[in-house]
Amino acid sequence: MAKAYDDIPGTIVFDSEQAARGYHLNQFCISLRLQANRDAYKADPEGYIDTFPMTPEQRTAALTEDWLGLLELGGNIYYTSKLAAFHGINFQELAGLMTGMGSTDYRAMMVSGGRSIDGNRYQSEWDENDDG
Amino acid sequence: MARITSGVACSHVPALGVASDKGITGDDYYGPIFKGFEFSKQWIAEEKPDVIFLVYNDHCTAFDARVIPTFALGCASEYQPADEGWGPRPVPVVKGHRDLSAHIAQSLVLDEFDITIMNEMEVDHGLTVPLTMMFGQPEEWPCPVVPLAVNVVQYPAPHGRRCYALGKAVRRAIESYGEDLKVCVFGTGGMSHQLQHQRAGLINADWDARFMDLLVNDPEFGSQIEHIEYLREAGSEGIELVMWYVMRGALNEQVNEVHRFYHVPASNTAVGHMILENA
Repeated sequence: MAKAYDDIPGTIVFDSEQAARGYHLNQFCISLRLQANRDAYKADPEGYIDTFPMTPEQRTAALTEDWLGLLELGGNIYYTSKLAAFHGINFQELAGLMTGMGSTDYRAMMVSGGRSIDGNRYQSEWDENDDG
Repeated sequence: MARITSGVACSHVPALGVASDKGITGDDYYGPIFKGFEFSKQWIAEEKPDVIFLVYNDHCTAFDARVIPTFALGCASEYQPADEGWGPRPVPVVKGHRDLSAHIAQSLVLDEFDITIMNEMEVDHGLTVPLTMMFGQPEEWPCPVVPLAVNVVQYPAPHGRRCYALGKAVRRAIESYGEDLKVCVFGTGGMSHQLQHQRAGLINADWDARFMDLLVNDPEFGSQIEHIEYLREAGSEGIELVMWYVMRGALNEQVNEVHRFYHVPASNTAVGHMILENA
């Protein structure tokens, strides 16, 4: 079913459908909030991740740190940021990775006022830019 | 009787907590932000609330995906700062006010707001960063806190209209509490920001300014803002701003805006802060 927010570009709304898809993935990510679990994941990544019944695609995305893929497969940023924290990546560095801009350029964009809303409201605005 | 005298709106960007904890609040990046709160620290030292009713969202800390209450009221005698993946923040334990919490919980349910009661709850940066911004680094927080956690992580967050109505119910609850207490209500989160995917970094300063104007002058109208507008105009995480409407609902229709501060950026986020006093 089409949703009102489907046409917002570069955005995945974590709605009930995404939440259901990403449940075990998100529970894996959030488990890394605690030191004992961080230690267990560090000692044996595959052994630890296999205690969470996620899909093979989700498992690969987590192990390979595919930050956009994780969101598309049902992950939510507040959960995937715990996996990022495990790898020593903070929110701003994570945004640098997801946008493909890299930390330096992303930080510079934020310092100069952030990503403008103009041209970033509708998917059609992004598609036009691709054509151009 | 207890009474609400003022409201504080405040972003709760985790990086601001880190800056305070690391002692880098005076550098070129964070300096201007903490300067914007100097007035506020002085103001709250004079205002001296007996209790803070603090509306915030938990970031999958006390609540992971297993349990997602839309509104959860803290009813504990204390709340420990949580480990969010980097170790707990080195800030004081947050003391609660169990009797007032219990009274508010009963009053809200009888007033048809079916909140979840939390007798144990760790609190994350959503709650502790606003305390840091308003009080700095005291040995103990100067007053007890009654926390209200709102789900804004899994869509949909409660509607702004519902949050505004809840604020009014919170006011009825507090004003029917027998002890003479002065209560300040905090609404936290926002302003425009998007943390996720390729549109991360979105900031909409014009929209934020209009949001603040409406919050002060026409909250009935502002509370009608639909989710799609928050998502599109203020970013997927900007929807946190519905929580400011719980605070606003707890105040008088007429308020005096005694302070407003806005700054871009803190990490990925526009920092917004206001102090409102009942007129």
